[in-house]
Amino acid sequence: MKFRVERDALADAVAWTAKSLPSRPSMPVLAGALLRVADSQLHVSGFDYEVSSQVTVDVQADSEGSTLVSGRLLAEITKALPGKPVDVASIGSHLELTCGSARFTLPTMPVEDYPTLPEMPALAGTIDAPAFAAAVAQVAVAACRDDTLPMLTGVRMELESETLTLLATDRYRLTVKELSWSPDAPDVSLTALVPAKTLADTAKTLGSLGGQLTLSLSRGSAGEGMIGFSAGTRRTTSRLLDGEFPPVRRLLPEGHNAQARFSVSALTEVVKRVGLVADRATPVRLSMSVDGLIVEASGSEDARASEAMDCVYTGEPMTIAFNHQYLLDGLSAVGTSTAVFSLTDPKKLAALLPAGEDGEVIPGYWYVIMPVRVGG
Amino acid sequence: MLHVDMDAFFASVEVRRRPELRGLPVVVGGPGARGVVSSASYEARAFGVRSAMPLARARQLCPDAVLLPPRFGDYRETSAAIMKIFHELTPLVQPLSLDEAFLDVTGAGRLFGSPTAIADLVRRRVADEQGLACSVGVAPTMFVAKLGSARAKPDGIVVVPAARLLEYLHPLPVAAIWGVGERTAEVLRRLGLTTVGAVASAPVGMLRSALGPAAAQHLHALAAGRDERRVVPQRVEKSIGAETTFDCDVADPATIRKTLLALSGTVAARARKAGYAGRTIVVKIRYADFRTVSRSRTLPGATDVAREVFATTLAAFGAIWEKVPVRLVGVRLTGLTGAGAPRQLALDDQTDSWRRAERAADAITARFGPQLLRPATLLDEMPNGAGDREGDQDGQG
Repeated sequence: MKFRVERDALADAVAWTAKSLPSRPSMPVLAGALLRVADSQLHVSGFDYEVSSQVTVDVQADSEGSTLVSGRLLAEITKALPGKPVDVASIGSHLELTCGSARFTLPTMPVEDYPTLPEMPALAGTIDAPAFAAAVAQVAVAACRDDTLPMLTGVRMELESETLTLLATDRYRLTVKELSWSPDAPDVSLTALVPAKTLADTAKTLGSLGGQLTLSLSRGSAGEGMIGFSAGTRRTTSRLLDGEFPPVRRLLPEGHNAQARFSVSALTEVVKRVGLVADRATPVRLSMSVDGLIVEASGSEDARASEAMDCVYTGEPMTIAFNHQYLLDGLSAVGTSTAVFSLTDPKKLAALLPAGEDGEVIPGYWYVIMPVRVGG
Repeated sequence: MLHVDMDAFFASVEVRRRPELRGLPVVVGGPGARGVVSSASYEARAFGVRSAMPLARARQLCPDAVLLPPRFGDYRETSAAIMKIFHELTPLVQPLSLDEAFLDVTGAGRLFGSPTAIADLVRRRVADEQGLACSVGVAPTMFVAKLGSARAKPDGIVVVPAARLLEYLHPLPVAAIWGVGERTAEVLRRLGLTTVGAVASAPVGMLRSALGPAAAQHLHALAAGRDERRVVPQRVEKSIGAETTFDCDVADPATIRKTLLALSGTVAARARKAGYAGRTIVVKIRYADFRTVSRSRTLPGATDVAREVFATTLAAFGAIWEKVPVRLVGVRLTGLTGAGAPRQLALDDQTDSWRRAERAADAITARFGPQLLRPATLLDEMPNGAGDREGDQDGQG
């Protein structure tokens, strides 16, 4: 294998692949980046049996072949190279890399020990990549981080004709986002439970490229389900999670007894300030009335804070308490400068909804949060 | 200062319930082949049966003993009634376990007379109202009062006035000092110190180099009759736990699961009874080779609901179990707050309806005993088949 490639193209490709490599691989070869040259193209791949990533770069190929080197080391080296063409050649059990007057010799690992990369599953449809990335970020915030209930570490994707819905919950919060996409077949009806962290990382990196993102999906039997994302020259596959995602969609509130409309940045600042005295076990309280909003908190050591701010409120006065971090997560996920809190009861779920400047709720996103019950 | 210790508490409660057993050797213990003696009547002790002894050994020593399974509900109820008597005499009551307590009666003299008179009153009221015997040590310090009650057994009273404190203390063997176990006693013996008096007159420097500064100071003070401890009326609970040692080592996930379910139920019910909820759940595993590992999980909000404790327990267990035989499993709830503390509600807040259901079960259990209600998967279990044993032996009385 021997080729010449532009420094930036190589550095980008290797950096992207290396990011998804496991930091503590179960087998040494899984820490490797697989370089394969065929038809004047270099494919850089990584795989850890859960997630695979591959990127393709145009090169001047002198000879075809493949080799396996430490992904992290190669990423650090290519990042540090001067902006000149890079010559790469595999010689015996080593990889020789030359750029300007810099020269590196890296040990390689046996390619034959490397697992076969999964095939891309069946094409499902396409979606605007930046919109998808933004939607995933809005939803993944509510996914569970510990594996007490493994299915809650995933984001559920529901692909129903032209609507793609993303859902996540950690039992205390629920996020739902609906957006439109272009299915390959018009009567599509698919669901997938995708590990939230992988989905968030993938959507972010592919979304930053702009353009369209292609979704591929195969259900397979238990443990075999696979989802694929591709955009431009990059593709990622991930194993799907097993398990039944709870039917949380029916929890979305239909009506409300009260609504508060406020500036997202103003409430964020107030909650951050007042929340300084709250600890993990004590909530922030929001007292709302036509006169406005008062945010209060008290810590376990008798520290107290309160602050008043403006809000437009309709309904009977209500005091409701939340874990302040859950509230801040919602305020940063809602994605608009104005938002509406839709409330029914201090012991029932509250929905944080994006709103336009005119105060009208923008449909399609729900950040639902369960309150903290104080006393009794 | 009074130290009140019930005589052969669990066994005496059994004899009280079944008077035909009076005068017979009665042993409370178990359950199961690996069970230990929780309590033995004085008749059984005459054969050498002692608390914490394996049941099999007790049976060898006293083949005619009447062997009874423990009924903790009755013991707890009786204990509460006895503690109530103490509280009527002084607010400063520090229970050490179900069957013993320290009473500071310094301020009760005007009402009830001298400490000795109060000790007599305690013994009389416990005998009249509960039909049980206890022994009392009366002394100026907690340490000597506890020594006194041990000396008073059975059914007696030992009074050590301040003037005779050292006279009483100094001839005793060093092992009598609170905190001196076999190893410390051996260290002291090598220094030529066999009595409390010898420890009191030994140079502190010598004790310090042999035992370390903290132990030396502790020992020297107690030996000299100084005991700064005061009665702490309500012990603050740091955690609530229960564990089960299997009769035979178990590797079957279904059996372990059932046991964890029962333990979660025990822990949650105790938390509710004490008015606590906890955010952290700790699972403990002891393997067949006695290797012990534990893992904790912290919830966003405190809980006293068995279902929630169990779900978390199971996840933590799954994360550490090496799929090899297990000798013991335990569940512990820590990070306790009052049950009225703020509670993060969950979307599937069944926990609240579950909590109501479990509270209703508590009421039924309180009235009719614990055998009546349990999760359906535990229906085929023996009564008391999975309970807690650690910490539930009665004293040496």
